[in-house]
Amino acid sequence: MTDWQRHRKAFDALIEAGSKLAKGKFVEVHDATRLMETVIRPGDRVCLEGDNQKQADTLCGALLAIDTGKVNNLHMVQSGVVLAEHLDLFDRGVATKLDYAYSGPQSARIAQMLFGGKIELGAVHTYLELFARYFIDLTPHVALIAAVSADRDGNLYTGPNTEDTPTVVEATAFKNGIVIAQVNEIVDKLPRVDIPTDRVHFIVKAEKPFFVEPLFTRDPAAITEGQILTAMLAIKGIYAPYGVRRLNHGIGFSTAAIELLLPTFGEKLGLKGKIASHFALNPHPALIPAIESGWVEQIHSFGSEVGMDDYIRARSDIYFTGSDGSLRSNRAFCQVAGLYACDMFIGSTLQIDLQGNSSTVTTSRIAGFGGAPNMGADARGRRHPSAPWLQAGRESDPTASARLRRGRKLVVQIGETFGDKNVPLFVERLDALELAEKLNLDLAPVMIYGDDVTHIVTEEGIANLLQCRDANEREQAIRGVAGYTEVGRGRDKNMVQRLRERGVIRRPEDLGIDPLDADRSMLAAHSIKDLVRWSGGLYAPPSKFRNW
Amino acid sequence: MEDLHFHHTARERAGGSRKMAIVGVVASGNLEVLVERMLADDECQVEIKTAAVGFGELWNAVVADFVERYAPGGLKFSVNDGGARPDTVSLRLAQAVRLMQEAG
Amino acid sequence: MPKSRQLAADIPHENTKAISFYESSARTRVELLVDAGSFSEFIGPEMREVSPHLKIFDLPEQFDDGIVVGSGRLDSAPIFIAAQEGRFMGGAFGEVHGAKLTGLLRAARDIKSMPVVILFDTGGVRLQEANAGELAIAEIMRAVMEARTAGVKVIGLIGGRSGCYGGGGLIAGCCSALVASEQGRIAVSGPEVIETNRGVEEFDSRDRALVWRTMGGKHRRLLGGAEAFTEDTVRDFRDAAVQLLGSTPDFSLQTLHAEQSRLEERLQRFGACLDATDIWIAEGVPDALNVPAMPADQFVVLADKVRRIRRDAR
Repeated sequence: MTDWQRHRKAFDALIEAGSKLAKGKFVEVHDATRLMETVIRPGDRVCLEGDNQKQADTLCGALLAIDTGKVNNLHMVQSGVVLAEHLDLFDRGVATKLDYAYSGPQSARIAQMLFGGKIELGAVHTYLELFARYFIDLTPHVALIAAVSADRDGNLYTGPNTEDTPTVVEATAFKNGIVIAQVNEIVDKLPRVDIPTDRVHFIVKAEKPFFVEPLFTRDPAAITEGQILTAMLAIKGIYAPYGVRRLNHGIGFSTAAIELLLPTFGEKLGLKGKIASHFALNPHPALIPAIESGWVEQIHSFGSEVGMDDYIRARSDIYFTGSDGSLRSNRAFCQVAGLYACDMFIGSTLQIDLQGNSSTVTTSRIAGFGGAPNMGADARGRRHPSAPWLQAGRESDPTASARLRRGRKLVVQIGETFGDKNVPLFVERLDALELAEKLNLDLAPVMIYGDDVTHIVTEEGIANLLQCRDANEREQAIRGVAGYTEVGRGRDKNMVQRLRERGVIRRPEDLGIDPLDADRSMLAAHSIKDLVRWSGGLYAPPSKFRNW
Repeated sequence: MEDLHFHHTARERAGGSRKMAIVGVVASGNLEVLVERMLADDECQVEIKTAAVGFGELWNAVVADFVERYAPGGLKFSVNDGGARPDTVSLRLAQAVRLMQEAG
Repeated sequence: MPKSRQLAADIPHENTKAISFYESSARTRVELLVDAGSFSEFIGPEMREVSPHLKIFDLPEQFDDGIVVGSGRLDSAPIFIAAQEGRFMGGAFGEVHGAKLTGLLRAARDIKSMPVVILFDTGGVRLQEANAGELAIAEIMRAVMEARTAGVKVIGLIGGRSGCYGGGGLIAGCCSALVASEQGRIAVSGPEVIETNRGVEEFDSRDRALVWRTMGGKHRRLLGGAEAFTEDTVRDFRDAAVQLLGSTPDFSLQTLHAEQSRLEERLQRFGACLDATDIWIAEGVPDALNVPAMPADQFVVLADKVRRIRRDAR
């Protein structure tokens, strides 16, 4: 007779064993490693938060100290490989296999470890895709999560940095998995309940608050004239003509410049109310002037941002907040929002090839994908129309029958032709291909595919790839905005001229923009201090951004 | 450091009556451009001292495009470059010409 | 010297008076500080008096060696003016850079009727020109004292991104009076140097709030190290300079005695304080912890109440 409750029985046994170390659900921090040795089995799939921003660093440390004789060969499934300790797990042999989405801060070391065979790579995903697999074939046996506080019943408050937690807990708790939470404190009454207690099995009060870093703060003082020019081009050449109201900004200085130009340049163009009103976006401080100037109706966020808590509380008409007043973020839902409910994604990258494929992978650094492949992809399952979506669809296929021609999401890559250390943005061949060969991957790690990209914006102008009729036109349109890079200098001048005449390439002059007018006086805020002023003193920037 | 010299014929004399202008600062990723009105109306010279060695061809292209676009006849440009990108170079050269076009 | 307008291209012509001092280049600061069109540059960039040393290190030169010097008018009164470019080699003193300021101060000493306004924006002495730079600092300090002895006021303005450090801090200490903005910092050793030498427990250079509490314009004003505090606009610096030129008393041996006793009293009162906040509390500043966040106009009022400027000292 087949036993169909094996997992349930195993779960019950592990909980019983682990409970011997707990008072109810609460385990002392010095017993955390022993708890893990009791409830984690060799080869288990473990989801360690590992979010884009917050890190369950105390639980990570406890896992690192585990007796590898008892627990080893774990399969880590986590959004972000962010802390050095995440990779130390592999060095120690606690873990051997990895599926993840983002590794920005560890991009150099993870590359070394992958080449060196220290990590068996499942795959690199985009966030929503990894979450999806938590429900099909990567369901965690154990989840190690981070919360702000617990009450004595074991309910959890995850607060502004809720991020991935509800998704991780949903997949784990409802499939006989074990959820262990670290909390900053234990309180009598939570501000609100983010995770109900019956999904939480063990709680550890950590000795210090969970790690969280500001990732979405861009100092206006660092924005250059080139970035301002690209931002002006984007606003006048894309936001305005398509009428983009619902959008996501990938983090970067060009998008920060766009955010800071809305109340000035955007206002002068009479665009308030017509563009940039509904965002899938983390609480970028750079958007404060636009919010205060009445541009924004609402924002849903993937996570929070250090220093923004009080501002968010005071602007609950704009942000999603709980009954307690603090932000409620949710990465999975915000990714879904970006996929289906936004008409445009605009972001930066490190390399673009002649088809428009883009990647942030170089031969020595693997940053993973984060959310960009999801945000920056056409959503073919979408059915509801909107003006920008239909317009883009028309441009991509002018001869098709209108009622059978679906629209297109605008996917814009924005950047200067030369990036940091004067490395060219445009290349003939992505480094990602070399990486794929070295690691024997089925696919080269491409962030956004050329056939999803609709526009490329550089200081030289805008290339509208929707209007390119074949691969050759697409290549020349890209070369035509690639400036003085080798790719740009290799252009067919006549063809580029013809593309310009058709409006496929538009230079600043074609949009009535003089590059000499792109100067810092156009920014609504010039410094972090200015942002604080705009917020009425509600924004409290972290130390590294202060010069007062 | 590398020294580069370019000599071009310009379509026409650069407008304005100013004799001299200076723009920019020498720093990483930036450059200063000193421009003096001291040549024949159809001549243009660009002298560059640059911290980025081996980019002569690139400078050649940038300067040629600049001369073609702005017709800065009569002007001598002296550049101290701290490794700026080509678009920053174009911008500074254009800013320098704009200053010269103002009434002196 | 031929009169020539050196208007830098980094700002549009409207709104010139609300321009951030911090963000502006040295040339823009000078151009907008003096009466319109009154600036006349000495040893301008067209003279190409560049550093003779940087070539050896394969480093780029700047035509004015990072300092703009000349004469102009402030509210119609003739002045000498110097402005360091903080973004060129960190505004640091080199041989030519230093010599231009020395020459300006000696001219002021000899002419006697024109005050000097120095816009400091410097990390100290250039490592590549250490000997020449250190000599220059000494020569400049001497030239400042000689000018003051001859009856010339020397006013220092501090509000740039490099601050006023090292030898610059020493020179500033010799001036008749100083104006600082919130962004401005005045000290000798820099934050990283203190941390390297004394450890992070002594001074965490990455704690920027600490750096500004210790060396920044607001603290300098409250401690008496700067006579005036101003908003970060060229116009506000100009107004403060005009004010100080009018109110700063003449220099004499009495001044130096008073300055010595001011510094001794300061050390006696606050020497045991571990943090600037302790000093502010001891001074009776209400809501001392809020000082860094306080807007400039409120701060100026507060500072005037708390710290009367000792007109006799310096």
